[in-house]
Amino acid sequence: MQTPSDLKYSKTDEWVKLDGSIAVIGITDYAQEQLSDVVFVEVPFAVGDAATKGKQCATVESVKAAAEVNFPVSGEISEINEALSSTPELLNTDPFGKAWIVKVKIKDAAELGDLMDAAAYIKYCEGRH
Amino acid sequence: MFIPHTESETGEMLKALGLKSIDELFEDIPDKYRFPKLDLPPALSEMEAFSMVQAISQSNESTQDLICFLGAGAYNHYIPAVVDAVISRGEFFTAYTPYQPEISQGTLQAVFEYQSLIAALTGMDVSNASHYDGATACAEAGVLAFHHFFGKRPRIVISPSLHPHYRETMRTYLQGYADVDIVGDESGVNPLLHPDQLVSKVDESTSLVLVQYPDFFGRIFDLSSLAESVHEKGALLGVAVNPLSLGLLKPPGEFGADIVVGEGQSLGIPLSFGGPYLGIFATRKELVRKLAGRLVGESVDQQGRKGYVLTLTAREQHIRREKSTSNICTNQGLMALASAVYLSSLGKNGMRAVANLCYQKAHYAASQIARVPGFAVLDDVPFFHEFIVHCPDSVEEINLHLLDHGILGGYDLGCDYPTLKNHMLIAVTEMVDKEDIDLLTEILGEAHHG
Repeated sequence: MQTPSDLKYSKTDEWVKLDGSIAVIGITDYAQEQLSDVVFVEVPFAVGDAATKGKQCATVESVKAAAEVNFPVSGEISEINEALSSTPELLNTDPFGKAWIVKVKIKDAAELGDLMDAAAYIKYCEGRH
Repeated sequence: MFIPHTESETGEMLKALGLKSIDELFEDIPDKYRFPKLDLPPALSEMEAFSMVQAISQSNESTQDLICFLGAGAYNHYIPAVVDAVISRGEFFTAYTPYQPEISQGTLQAVFEYQSLIAALTGMDVSNASHYDGATACAEAGVLAFHHFFGKRPRIVISPSLHPHYRETMRTYLQGYADVDIVGDESGVNPLLHPDQLVSKVDESTSLVLVQYPDFFGRIFDLSSLAESVHEKGALLGVAVNPLSLGLLKPPGEFGADIVVGEGQSLGIPLSFGGPYLGIFATRKELVRKLAGRLVGESVDQQGRKGYVLTLTAREQHIRREKSTSNICTNQGLMALASAVYLSSLGKNGMRAVANLCYQKAHYAASQIARVPGFAVLDDVPFFHEFIVHCPDSVEEINLHLLDHGILGGYDLGCDYPTLKNHMLIAVTEMVDKEDIDLLTEILGEAHHG
C-alpha cells in the first residue's frame, strides 16, 4: 500500500495535497484496492460551487460497489478532473497522481489539522483488518 | 418461504410485552367487532363452488364478446399462440427476478433479447429490463432526469396530452422530492395544444420535457423542432410511446429523444383488466449509468463460451444502499418475455403489417363516422389508430346504446378534460373488421336520431 508522506488523510480514505491555497483531493491507494476495478466516477458539481467538509464530493463505482467520496476540507471548487469521466481506471493505476478528483480553494487551512498524517493513516488502515 | 413463529418465540414476545395471551393485544377492539357474526350460506363443495363462480363470471362481457373500440392506453390486439406457449414453460413461468443471476442463464438471455428488441424498435442505445407499466416508466424518467442534473434542475414539463394516468402517477411517485415541480398540464391549458407550445414552459431549471407519441388522443406530431428547443435549454426530451405504432412511425431515437418510455401492453400482452403490463424504458448511451432497474449484457466466460450477466444495476438499493435512486429491484420479467416473443414471431414485416392494419382501419372508421350527422372527427392533425370524435350527446349515453348492440364504445374524454365534454376517443385495432366499423357507424346514426 502506498501512502505518500507529503499528504494528509481522512478517515473516509480521501487524501489532500496542499498547493498554496488550493487543496488537491483524491482517494487513497487503500481505497482503490478495496473497491477493485473502478468503472465510473461522477462529480455532481461545477467549478465555482461550494465544497463542504464531510459532504459528498464524488461517487466512485467499481465492479464491486459504489462508494461516496467526501470533501475533507471546505471551500470553493476551482477545478474538476474531467479525465476521470472517460478514463476512471486512472483511480486504480495512479490514485495519487493523474487520478486527483477535485481541487478546492480552501477557506480555513486550520481544517487540515483534523486530518491524519501518513503514519497515522497507515496505523488506522492496519486497525481495520 | 414463510416460517411462522414457534410457540416459544411467541411466548418470549408476549413476555417482553408483559402480556399473557395474544388475545390481550386485541382488547382495545370491542368484543362485538372482534368476532362479528357473518351471515354466510352453508359451505359448498368444490364442484358447487366452481359452478356458482362460473355463473357469476358469465355475466361479464369481455372483448371476446363485444366489438371493441375502447383504447386510451390499453389495446385489444391479437396475441399469437406462440406467446403463451413460450411464457407458460415452467422455467419462465415460475421464476422470480434472478437474485443469483449467473445461474439463471435462460432468464437473462430472455431479458437480453427483450432489451435488444426494444432498443431497435425505439431507436435508442440501451433499454433496461423493464418497469411495471407505462405510468411507472414515465415516473422513472422524471427520477432519472432529476438525478442527471444532481437535483439542480427541479422542473419537469409534461404535455397535457400525456396519458392522464401517467401524469397522476408521476405526481404520486415524485411527491417525496420536495423541489420537483411538474408543470405544463395545468387545468387552463388547452389539452390539444401543439407540443412546440410547451417550449414556453422550459427554462434553465427544467430537467425533462415529457410528451407522448402518438399522444393520448392518437395524434402524431413531428417532434424534431421540440427536441431542438429542449436541448438548447440543456434539458432532456422524454417520449412516451405506443411501441406498436413504431412499426410504422419514425422511432424517437431518430428525432432527438434522450429517454423513451412506454406501455408495452400492445406487444402481445392481454388486456387483463389493467395488468400485469410492461413498462418500457430506453435511453441514449450517455445516460446508461442513470438507468433505473437492471441491464443484462452478453459476455463470454473463461473458456470463451457465450453467457449472460447482470451488467448494471447502478441505481439500485443493493448496490447503492441509502443513496439509491430507484427502489425497483425487480422487473416485469414474464411480460418482457411475452413482448420479446411477440416481436420475434411477428418480425419487422409483421410489426409493420399490424401497425398498418390498425392505421388503415382507424382511418376508414374515421371517414365513416365523419359522415354520420351530428358527429365530427377531429382530424386536423395526422393520427395513428385512435382519434377524437365530437358527439351530439353525452358519451355515456351513446356508449350505453352501443353496448345494447354488442359494441364497446370509445373513451369518454370529458372524464379527464372538462373542455372535451361530449368528445369520445375511438381506438381501432386489427381485431375489428369492416362490418364491425359499419355497424358502429350505423348504430351511432341511430343513437343520434333515436
